[in-house]
Amino acid sequence: MSAHTAGAAAASRATNAAAATEASRPRRVSRRIGWRWVSPAVLLALWQVLSATGVLPEQTLAAPTDILSAAVDLTKTGELPTALLISLQRAALGLLLGTVVAIVAGVIAGVSRVGDVVVDPPMQMLRTVPLFGLVPLFILWFGIGETPKVLLVALGVVVPLYLNLVAALRGVDRELLEVADSLRLSRRERWRHVVIPAVLPEALVGFRQSLGIAWLALIVAEQIAASEGLGYMINNARDFLQTDVIIVGLLAYAILGLLTDAIVRVLERRALRYRDEGVLA
Amino acid sequence: MSAATLFPAGVSTSSRDEPVVRVRELRRAFGESVVLDGVDLDLAPGEFIAVLGRSGSGKTTLLRALAGLDHGVEGELRSGREPAVVFQDPRLLPWRDARANVGLGLRGDRAEIEARVSDALREVGLADRGEAWPRELSGGQRQRVALARALVREPDLLLLDEPFSALDALTRVSAQRLVQELWTRHRPAVVLVTHDVEEALLLADRLIVIDDGRIIHDERPALGERPRRRDDPRLVERRRALLALLGVDDAAA
Repeated sequence: MSAHTAGAAAASRATNAAAATEASRPRRVSRRIGWRWVSPAVLLALWQVLSATGVLPEQTLAAPTDILSAAVDLTKTGELPTALLISLQRAALGLLLGTVVAIVAGVIAGVSRVGDVVVDPPMQMLRTVPLFGLVPLFILWFGIGETPKVLLVALGVVVPLYLNLVAALRGVDRELLEVADSLRLSRRERWRHVVIPAVLPEALVGFRQSLGIAWLALIVAEQIAASEGLGYMINNARDFLQTDVIIVGLLAYAILGLLTDAIVRVLERRALRYRDEGVLA
Repeated sequence: MSAATLFPAGVSTSSRDEPVVRVRELRRAFGESVVLDGVDLDLAPGEFIAVLGRSGSGKTTLLRALAGLDHGVEGELRSGREPAVVFQDPRLLPWRDARANVGLGLRGDRAEIEARVSDALREVGLADRGEAWPRELSGGQRQRVALARALVREPDLLLLDEPFSALDALTRVSAQRLVQELWTRHRPAVVLVTHDVEEALLLADRLIVIDDGRIIHDERPALGERPRRRDDPRLVERRRALLALLGVDDAAA
């Protein structure tokens, strides 16, 4: 298994964890949702006690209360929001770039035979490249500015979205395309009414995987060399043994990841309305 | 009533003397195997024709050629100005509601299209199901949406590819009746591909039998006005003769 796919799996596991438990839990259990908070709360309390008694030194792991106050302080000084915004910008830029490349390549390979022959082999090769192994090369090529960070995110985004999109395009129901022909739909109408709705669910699955990788790639990229952003904040804190700030940075990453995943899930639900509505009726 | 809005006078069909379909020496081969082998066929405006044949005889290939879905046919082929197809299964877009499926690809004034879609849905008895997703409809309802989708285009040629074969027996009877009503009201030329001899005799004015890619039989049975009865002795007699032609022993059928 390549580093790339391993990374993808880890990332999607991380971002999907919340979604999976929420989805798989039967309805009647969700009323007792309160119970699910008990064990985390106990762990948190234990952590606080261990910190307060000095069993857990501050240089190893700061107390939850310290982390909370660090978060408040960092927000007040504007350090955290600024870092968050910059990281978000990098992620968005990389995501946009990767998505555009994946869609263009995916459509070319998924629609035309010649396009498939030309585009698919390099994309398959790209799939086997260990994404984070490229970091040293990227630094050599692009220096330590924004470019290598954005490109690393973009590269991570391209592959899962591309693969899902191509599979979806190849799987479009031929009978429905024939209906489009028999109704004399224009090329535009064909895409709008048949092809895009048909590939959307699978494409969104790919996009969610891509999103997971995007955050992972960003975290790695920001560790290397950064003068701003969440990664910089974390690295800086490491130099001063500020474990509370490190945890705040990690939490910020986690929240961003969960948030973007939630957005895509909402899109997915909208796109699949026709499949879910009226089933229980 | 709705018939008037669906088929405004003067637009409904091509001129009376010109055939809707004119096919000469139609040939279709897939590699080595010849599926259509020199088919000649004329279809007058408003004519209801049933195409019978065993599976693999080429009847569906002929229909696809008439629908303009097959680009590999050779020979002379002039088909309807506005052909519409109803397939064996409804083939609705699952992500569009019934209304949107019916109105798919209609161009022009929005309000006028909406009105036409409403009329078509009302005609197939689904006026109140326009907002339903296809998966919320029964098999028979879905096929009626497909029929509305064909009708709303004001076709001069309606191509039906075994449209009732996937329906249960009771639904099939009411769907057949509906097709007959719609044809009586709008008078498009109809090509009904079927393997059900009785269905063909109940609905069509003219029957052709295809075997091995050729038309081997072409008749206009005198069965009188519709609706026809299944137990009409004339119909029973023709049924027996046609089954024999198709190589099916009536006693076993």
